[in-house]
Amino acid sequence: MSKVLVGVDGSDASRRTVDFAVELAKDFEIGIIVVHVIPWSPYSFTTSEENEHRHLQREVELVAAREQIVEPAIHQVANANIKVEAVVRHGHPVEVMIEIARERGVRHIIVGRTGDSRIKQALFGSLPTQLILHSTVPVTVVP
Amino acid sequence: MTTETLTVLAEEGKSLDDTISDAVAPVADAVTNTVFYEIMIGDVAIKPIVIWLVTGALFFTIYLGFQQIRGFKHAIRLVKGDFSDPHDAGEVSHFQALATAVSGTVGLGNIAGVAVAVSIGGPGATFWMILAGFLGMAAKMAECTLGVKYRKQHADGTVSGGPMYYLRDGIANLGKPGLGKFLAAAFAVFCIGGSLGGGNMFQANQATAQIINVTGGDNSPFVNLKWAIGLIFAAGVGLVIIGGIKSIAKVTEKIVPFMAVLYVSACLIVIFGNLADIPAAFGNIFVGAWGKEGLAGGFIGVLIVGFQRAAFSNEAGIGSASIAHSAVKTKEPATEGFVSLLEPFIDTIVICTMTALAIVVTGAYKAPGAAELDGVALTSSAFGSVISWFPTVLAFAVILFAFSTMISWSYYGMTATGYLFGDSKQAELIFKIIFCVFIVIGATLSLGPVIGFSDSMIFLMSIPNMIGLYLLARVVKKEVMGHRERVRTGEFAEVK
Repeated sequence: MSKVLVGVDGSDASRRTVDFAVELAKDFEIGIIVVHVIPWSPYSFTTSEENEHRHLQREVELVAAREQIVEPAIHQVANANIKVEAVVRHGHPVEVMIEIARERGVRHIIVGRTGDSRIKQALFGSLPTQLILHSTVPVTVVP
Repeated sequence: MTTETLTVLAEEGKSLDDTISDAVAPVADAVTNTVFYEIMIGDVAIKPIVIWLVTGALFFTIYLGFQQIRGFKHAIRLVKGDFSDPHDAGEVSHFQALATAVSGTVGLGNIAGVAVAVSIGGPGATFWMILAGFLGMAAKMAECTLGVKYRKQHADGTVSGGPMYYLRDGIANLGKPGLGKFLAAAFAVFCIGGSLGGGNMFQANQATAQIINVTGGDNSPFVNLKWAIGLIFAAGVGLVIIGGIKSIAKVTEKIVPFMAVLYVSACLIVIFGNLADIPAAFGNIFVGAWGKEGLAGGFIGVLIVGFQRAAFSNEAGIGSASIAHSAVKTKEPATEGFVSLLEPFIDTIVICTMTALAIVVTGAYKAPGAAELDGVALTSSAFGSVISWFPTVLAFAVILFAFSTMISWSYYGMTATGYLFGDSKQAELIFKIIFCVFIVIGATLSLGPVIGFSDSMIFLMSIPNMIGLYLLARVVKKEVMGHRERVRTGEFAEVK
């Protein structure tokens, strides 16, 4: 069964995005994968002290993301009687979403329009713009 | 402030600088003379401690089969993340472990230490420094492989490793737990000394020297206020390590790589600004390597100076960086061994060589008055001879390098304190306070006793560490060769 991937971040826009995905999933009778990516880069510079606590910190981040961001989204989907799975992973948000889409045969990615500052958007492009440029499957951006 | 109060301050400062100097310098000198006792063979002065380190590095170069050449490409692929499991995303990557270790090693040793080598040993010292860096890569590989293999995961989930742990547990596995514990404790004690010396006093001393240098040299308003500059450094470091203001450390960690690039670029500008002199400079380096007039001991003398400064800079065989490398997430300890090869490469073969070339190409080391310039002042004069405001750029680089190296070494010292005192928070706090006090002392003293004490402590660390490395050499070889074999058969495969 093919699926639709929804990127969530716990914001209002993110809730609207999940609602939209639920509608879509109902129409096409497909499942949903809820994805949250914790921004992280293996090429960032860290201190020894951070490294010492990194393993522990990672667990804390994963638990927090699951409890505060992903689980509310799962409830939102499950309440509509739609099959749902969830993934929380560290990495570059755009790259990880595309990777998961490839891994799990996702045919559509849905994300909210994020709240990046105008300057940041002008410099680096917002997450949805980057996703549209790099994704191999159709992308829907929910305002 | 009136001129009167300024004068009073200056006088107080002068007396304070001198008081600290008079009290500490004799102790530092005594330590130096003990560690660096020289054996005279004919008229050649041999420092056994330098021979000790070079022999170790040479041994591992041959014993591990020149991995610094054969494993170099593999090291780069590991750092790029070609072999990293995506499910480990969010853990400490090879790149991060390497970058953290490099920010601890790249410091004033690369800028001031190299200047010391060239001013004592002449351009030829550069040749031996590069060779020592090359051999040091193998020693570093050995200690970092062991660091990961025997690291400890504490009950609270934090991870720490380093010579203390491989000396204790590795040697215990060989059936000699008593010897292991003794070597581990000795290492921890010297590591605290090393963190106060090379990782602290030397950094503070040379950063202060450069601040005075760019603010007018002998006419600088700070000339008698070294203790005050030291105090500001101490306050900055104190805020991070005692106050727990992590943001300062984070900002430093992020700026240092850019400063390193800026420093190397500045060196390149200085070097290429003297394009016509480059062939002659290389000539001087190769000819000078085999002997320098006036330096007792001929080529052995030059060699010792070059090796000593390289070892001080890249810390191969000293054991310190193994503490930083141990935090990496990997299934095979040897992977970090390969990655750590790059550390002496970046530190010595790239950055130290840049400094040396800048000094040799500009002829700064033989300019009139060069004999009075010690350490960073010589590098600064080489920089200034090309573009007049470059010493100011250097001052910024020096301050940041000093700061990040002090933070890294305070962590090494704290890990050692934690090991000795069973992770007692109180002992760690006392260490942190002493660490900050030593910054002020280091800033105040003249270079001679500081570099002597710093060298002594760093080299003392290498005694228990290298004994351990020899004893555990077979373990290292098994890990490294086993890893190579698993890469060859595809068992340890690239992640597509």
